[in-house]
Amino acid sequence: MTFKKIIIAASLVLTVAAAAFAEEPKNTSAAAGAPITAAAPTSSTEVAAVSPAAQAPVAAAPVKKRELKANKVVTLSMFAVIIGITLGVVIWAARQTKTAADFYAAGGGITGTQNGWAIAGDYMSAASFLGISGLISLYGYDGFMYSVGWLVAYITVLLIVAEPCRNAGKYTLGDILSFRTDPKPVRALAAVSTVAVSTFYLTAQMVGAGKLMALLVGVPYKTAIIGVGILMVGYVVFGGMTATTWVQIIKAGLLMSGAALLSVLVLAKAGFNPIYFFDTIVNSPDIQDHVSKLVLKDGITLNGIDAGQRFLEPGLFLKSPLDQISLGMALVLGTAGMPHILMRFFTVPTAQAARKSVIIAMFIIGTFYVLTTLLGFGAAVNLTPQGIISVDPGGNMATLMLAQQLGADIAPIMGDLFLAFLCSVAFATILAVVSGLVLAASAAIAHDIWVNVIKDGHADQHEQVMAARITSLVVGVVGILIGLMAEKANVAHLVALAFAVAASGNLPVVVLSLFWRKFNTAGVISGLLVGTIASIGLVMVSPNMTYPMKVAAGAKNVVVAMEKKQAELPAGQILSEKDAKALAKAKVDEKLTGTSMMGLEKPLFTLKNPGIISIPLGFIAAILGCLLFPNKRAEEMFDEVYVRQNTGLGMAKAVDH
Amino acid sequence: MAERQYDWATIAKNPKFIELHHKKTAFLFGWWIFSTAYYFLLPIGAAYAPGLFKIKIIGVINFGYVFALSQFFVSWGLALYYAHIANKDFDRMTRELINELHL
Repeated sequence: MTFKKIIIAASLVLTVAAAAFAEEPKNTSAAAGAPITAAAPTSSTEVAAVSPAAQAPVAAAPVKKRELKANKVVTLSMFAVIIGITLGVVIWAARQTKTAADFYAAGGGITGTQNGWAIAGDYMSAASFLGISGLISLYGYDGFMYSVGWLVAYITVLLIVAEPCRNAGKYTLGDILSFRTDPKPVRALAAVSTVAVSTFYLTAQMVGAGKLMALLVGVPYKTAIIGVGILMVGYVVFGGMTATTWVQIIKAGLLMSGAALLSVLVLAKAGFNPIYFFDTIVNSPDIQDHVSKLVLKDGITLNGIDAGQRFLEPGLFLKSPLDQISLGMALVLGTAGMPHILMRFFTVPTAQAARKSVIIAMFIIGTFYVLTTLLGFGAAVNLTPQGIISVDPGGNMATLMLAQQLGADIAPIMGDLFLAFLCSVAFATILAVVSGLVLAASAAIAHDIWVNVIKDGHADQHEQVMAARITSLVVGVVGILIGLMAEKANVAHLVALAFAVAASGNLPVVVLSLFWRKFNTAGVISGLLVGTIASIGLVMVSPNMTYPMKVAAGAKNVVVAMEKKQAELPAGQILSEKDAKALAKAKVDEKLTGTSMMGLEKPLFTLKNPGIISIPLGFIAAILGCLLFPNKRAEEMFDEVYVRQNTGLGMAKAVDH
Repeated sequence: MAERQYDWATIAKNPKFIELHHKKTAFLFGWWIFSTAYYFLLPIGAAYAPGLFKIKIIGVINFGYVFALSQFFVSWGLALYYAHIANKDFDRMTRELINELHL
């Protein structure tokens, strides 16, 4: 009883602490003599500072300067409502979390439908919510094509891993892999791989969260990371899987309502006629102008309606087919090897419920991506690509700007309300995804390493839950620290890296241990090691890293081009502010020398996505490992694994102990 | 719950289990290969058959758009078809097997 009270008290303290952190910047800005609205200028200057550098190549046209200002009072009150509701859920969940099964798997008491929503909430990150619609708004078809792999990935989950994992596993990847192998080394390695994948993904999410919150509400980056981090730790430490699940369900609900609402507004503008909607895209002079500038870089001249039509054809953004295929492989196989997704299947009672949950998740995720097309194209038509670029060169703000604009078309106050609502959807999205990742990483450390490797499985329920809570706290704090340190780091490739490691390291060994009689300890170890190291290694020598010499070479070109431009200007005129800034930056950059993190002058591996090489390597290593070191016991135990995963016999045992 | 000991090797040799196993393997891997192949036609086609993707189908909507959209419906269709077969055949065969074993 007292323990519960401590938990509740502690979570309240955390909330207050979070609020205090959020208050801080307000005080400083108030000291500078500005009221609450001070946040808005801050965020717009940040935006202005971001755009010129990346936008330099397309900077020629006079750009309609747009601004994205969230009403801070409305937005923060919506955040407060979300925090309030989710903390209520945490307090309720904390009361039900008594055993390790409660903490890691919500006691197996989640229904198929609930789990379907939770999978969708776990999976759709802010990158898919804001990033993909942004890609579509700037590059048209390629953005849509990019989104397809994220849904098709679930076919692998549905057909190959969901039901067998439900029947053969317990809480973690280590449980599935250690069934007929030497448990200690296998669990330890599976835990390392889980922590690696979750950390890559978590870092990308945390940095994205910090930047997004800074841009949207004007909360400083560090405050945003700490605030999000404290909430994430609070959900997981106190509420375990039950709270995480419900946070994910709430988030998926919010996300789908936001997307549906905006889609209806976009369609309403086109009179609910899809053919007319596509006509407006092709005939938009702004889109035509934007596309003709994009293709001009490749030396192609396109104008008028041809340029507009080009927006609906592939190749404006994704220019390397091999990279595309490589990413596709990482998505299709990696999703099924993601520890935080696998973990969701242990929360449902039966294989049938696991099946149902994947199918529900597929409909939610698929519908969302189809709606995203409408939002992306709708943003391109209603806001113009130039306007979207002027706020964020990557287009990440397209959906939010669209919400503000379409709302304001109804009534000015609606613009603020819609924008605030969409901001809170983004906020809930971040919270749901990071909580799932922290839970997966802590389960690997506490359940696999501490309970099963260090304590030989001899830990009572109380100890196990305590270990899980302490580990989640530590993992969360480490996540916050990494987020704080990585502010300036290039994290864009980390999501792809997480999927590549999951596809090359985890998936081969999961599939082989479920379906191949000869699979054994040596195979798990060689497969996990080779797959993980190959994908990380290839990324380290890929174009994802920064190569100072390459940056310098690029900067030299900019300097030459800008100086030529300056020379061609009529006497007395100077370069525009943007060009001058680009020139100044390039002059600094062209002096860069040295090598990348790996001591390379240029990339050794030319693809950004390692999957096409690392996935086959992972499979080959896993297969070779067990052929070289056959193990009779593992072969004999295959009947048990295979009967269990197909029939669910013996599953009660797995859940009970 | 008391732990039950099962004779896994005997169950694995049961004709009903072998039938279930064959049917499931053929269905799961067959359809997985189909869906993966269908998916990779999208990036491969976009890169190497741009002419095909440009063909207009309805108004300005081209083949590429319809093909990308079809990926969603194929995935959903396959998911529903699998659910139908699994509920109708695989689950029934599993129940029959368990009944036969008197478990």
